[in-house]
Amino acid sequence: MTAPTIERSDVTKRLRAVSAVREFGILLALLLVILAATIANPNFLFSADGWRDLLLTPSILVLLAVGQAIVIITRNVDLSVGSVLGLSAYLTGRLFIDLQGIPTLAVFLIVIVFGAVLGLVNGALVAFAKVPSLVITLGTLYAYRGINVLWAGGDRVNASDLPRDFLALGTGQVLFIPILTIIALVVLIVAGWVMKNSRAGREFYAIGSDPDAAELYGLRVTRRLLVAFVLSGALAGLAGVLYAARYGTVSSQAGSGWELDAVGAAVIGGVAIFGGSGTVWGAAIGAGLLLTINRALPILGIPDFWQRAVVGALIIGAIVLDRVLALRQRRKLLEAREDES
Amino acid sequence: MTATTTDTATVRTYRDFDRPLWQRILLTREMAIIALLVIVTIVASLTVRGFGQPITLTFLLLDVMPILLIALPMTLVIITGEIDLSVASMAGLASVLTGVLTQAGLPFEVAAIVAILVGAIGGAVNGFLVPVVGLPSLAVTIGPLALSRGLAVGLLGTTAVTDFPEFWTDLAKARVGNTNIPVVLFLFLVLLVVFTVLLHFTPFGRGIYSIGLSSEAARFSGVRVERTKFILFVLTGTVSALAGIYYTLRYGSARGDNATGLELQVIAAVLLGGVSIFGGRGAIHGVIAGVLLIGVLASALRLANVTSDVINIITGVLLVLSVVASSFLAWLRKRRRSPGRTPRVEASTAG
Amino acid sequence: MSYKKHRAGALTALAVSVALLATGCAVDSGTGGTEGGGEGGGDLSITFVPKNLGNPYFDTSSDGAQEAIDEFEGTFAEVGPAEASPDAQVSYINTATQQGVGALAVSANDPQAICDALNEARDAGVKVVTFDSDTNPDCRDLFINQADAEGIAKVQVDLIAEQIGGAGEIAILSASANATNQNAWIERMEEYLASDYPDITLVETVYGDDDDQTSFDKTAALLQTHPNLKGIISPTTVGIAAAARYLSTSAFKGTVALTGLGTPNQMREFVEDGTVTAFALWNPADLGYLTAYAAKALIEGEITGEEGDTFSAGKLGDYEVGADGVVLLGDPFVFDAENIGDFDF
Repeated sequence: MTAPTIERSDVTKRLRAVSAVREFGILLALLLVILAATIANPNFLFSADGWRDLLLTPSILVLLAVGQAIVIITRNVDLSVGSVLGLSAYLTGRLFIDLQGIPTLAVFLIVIVFGAVLGLVNGALVAFAKVPSLVITLGTLYAYRGINVLWAGGDRVNASDLPRDFLALGTGQVLFIPILTIIALVVLIVAGWVMKNSRAGREFYAIGSDPDAAELYGLRVTRRLLVAFVLSGALAGLAGVLYAARYGTVSSQAGSGWELDAVGAAVIGGVAIFGGSGTVWGAAIGAGLLLTINRALPILGIPDFWQRAVVGALIIGAIVLDRVLALRQRRKLLEAREDES
Repeated sequence: MTATTTDTATVRTYRDFDRPLWQRILLTREMAIIALLVIVTIVASLTVRGFGQPITLTFLLLDVMPILLIALPMTLVIITGEIDLSVASMAGLASVLTGVLTQAGLPFEVAAIVAILVGAIGGAVNGFLVPVVGLPSLAVTIGPLALSRGLAVGLLGTTAVTDFPEFWTDLAKARVGNTNIPVVLFLFLVLLVVFTVLLHFTPFGRGIYSIGLSSEAARFSGVRVERTKFILFVLTGTVSALAGIYYTLRYGSARGDNATGLELQVIAAVLLGGVSIFGGRGAIHGVIAGVLLIGVLASALRLANVTSDVINIITGVLLVLSVVASSFLAWLRKRRRSPGRTPRVEASTAG
Repeated sequence: MSYKKHRAGALTALAVSVALLATGCAVDSGTGGTEGGGEGGGDLSITFVPKNLGNPYFDTSSDGAQEAIDEFEGTFAEVGPAEASPDAQVSYINTATQQGVGALAVSANDPQAICDALNEARDAGVKVVTFDSDTNPDCRDLFINQADAEGIAKVQVDLIAEQIGGAGEIAILSASANATNQNAWIERMEEYLASDYPDITLVETVYGDDDDQTSFDKTAALLQTHPNLKGIISPTTVGIAAAARYLSTSAFKGTVALTGLGTPNQMREFVEDGTVTAFALWNPADLGYLTAYAAKALIEGEITGEEGDTFSAGKLGDYEVGADGVVLLGDPFVFDAENIGDFDF
């Protein structure tokens, strides 16, 4: 009776160790980038604005990356997050303009629900029509963006249209930590806990590891997929509100191209693109790494035009690394099993 | 991306062959798209002012040419059940390379050949990573998508190279004699013949279909799966680079953001043209009709002063509709067949 | 046999429904097209193609153009890409050629890339006027220049020099690196700085691509990279607003000066809170207005674009075509806390 238990805990331990190493590596890379940039220019870390920007800049992407990580863990992908963010940010502006005096909290709720509905559309198309999420969300990426431009037309939301208290959210700090960062951290901690400890969270992993087995085992795959996409949409909606608060100006092109950063952050952070492994923590660190590299490049004297090339190389590197790790892991597990028997 | 969905893949069954020939030829996805193309064209000619004139054909063909070109190899890739998201970035990189090398003093022709070679190499990298390393193509090609675009933007920043030999820029826009047929159409026709023969009339082409239906079965029946996919990715990279060079000449400028977002239009056109995203099904004539349909819609809408974003909405919606519709039809067929009816020849699909 | 019919039926249904959807769009657009086009060639239908849609600067210039076109009872249309890229502009220029509009008014995203398309339009009898950002002179009939490069460069350099006390490090936050007008201005600014303000050093020019967020982040990077920076010039309306917003919430507010080209509505808040002392701009509405009248004069054959031609531009008075077919709108205007309340655009 004891042998299998030991074996299982062995396996779990090893899997844990691998993902921990993976995330630690990314964290180390992030720290190295910060160190290099700080040596080149101490202001990067040791000035009030430098410290604030270091925390503030990745906060919005962290939200998208967390949502994206959950979707990718179920072996899907959500390419429409940038468009959802843009549409949500514009809705935020419109709410403040058209309904003068609306409470900020109500705006947050309305926009998050709005984002969730957009996510639900994605999820329903993926789950019920059984069409690859890549194709569906590529379509909705353009459709949502088009709706945004059609709606906004030449209009844009200006900082002066938004209440001062709301804008203060975007740049304000509590105890030297920007409010946006606190929001992102809270979301991250909750998502991290749910994904690790709750039944629902583990089912996401089960679906991503082997969708057919999950179905046979009796997991409600369709419902879980819907939830994953709704979460991703809702987080993109929240990110949209925060985008409006931070940047103040929202045009119809807000957030375009962010989907690539979000997927990139998740993949670099160790969320395997073929589903079933990785953590939202890794994705968040990946988001931090991406945007910190972006800000560090000019300080290190490299034109920041090269940022996307660096990101591309990192994504390819991360995917190959994950693959190699996964193959080695499988071999080791097979050996372990043979040793047992 | 694969295992969740294989059960609904459109699989050719014996059913397809127990109908009269005329039905098999006429009642297909491809024919539906062609009919739709004809209807839309006629309606547009009748209702949109300025659409009916011959010059429309010239601009239309020039506009959709990059999509037409890339759609050819992309069709083959998607039929094997893979996808290449990096085509637009590769076209952008080829455009920038051509520009940078020409600016550095190389003759344009040499620069173009180098760019095409880089396209082939980029395709080979995809072709190595996807089938050989065994990674899903969606994931792998997102990396090169970012990398190629990043290199393109990195090389040129936001500057542009606009100094190209007039002979070539004129050729890209030239028409045959006094007709409205652009010369570049012949480049496409040559490639069209090559790819049609390759897909529909060679063992290699049959191999492509069988990989899409079942990679394992194809391997057992002697198809060299890895090699086939590798060749297809190299072809895609090469043709994308070629399209990038055409793009450069047509607009007379090499810029880092050239051809951004083109991958969506290519994929939308291919899927609209009846190629199954799960692989194993599709034909080139449907794809061409799909490309032209998007082109005609875009052209008619622009003539009516509708902004580009409506065109994007329509492209996006058509893309979603075309994949959802085929899933829906498959589901409908399955439902119609199952209750209280003796299954007819149900040899290859178990439902 | 029946399920075959079902399948065929389903396919037909799909085809028909998609066709209906598509033709529905086409029919709608058909009516739009007829309205937009007007009747016959050589008419006063003028199509404006700005660098991109959704840019308040061009919204204002289009308002001015619309006002002018309403005055002489022409037909106004505005089309353009959502993102400022030349290849997207080419399609719209081609479309105008097909429509056979009277004149095209274009703000070029690239001086060379849209040239052939413009010449094709001119071959088809369409008059071409560029405004705001020019193409090569041989691709258009007229260029309506908002202010000459010297004037624009001078006013901004004078403003920043005054604000930082004539010495120190400054940087430029531009739009995209191949925007014709931006580069001409920056070049002149460099010359003028070298000749008149030797104590001011231009340490870096960064590009925010006329994208709000990019400009915002670039401002942040500038301030970190150059701790001794005393001033920023942003000769683009998107850039200056983004930079002002960053400065207004950072520790640099009031210590790093900011000036450039901005619209009063965007900048009002930052002038009032002291982030920005003064900035400059011409009136974009006047620019659009003048462009429309110039297009009208071309269509009616009143002028051909030769040097020395004169035409009247409604409320703005008479204008003369200068060398290379350039018409100059006038000197840029300086906005500050005193006068900003008088403007609304």
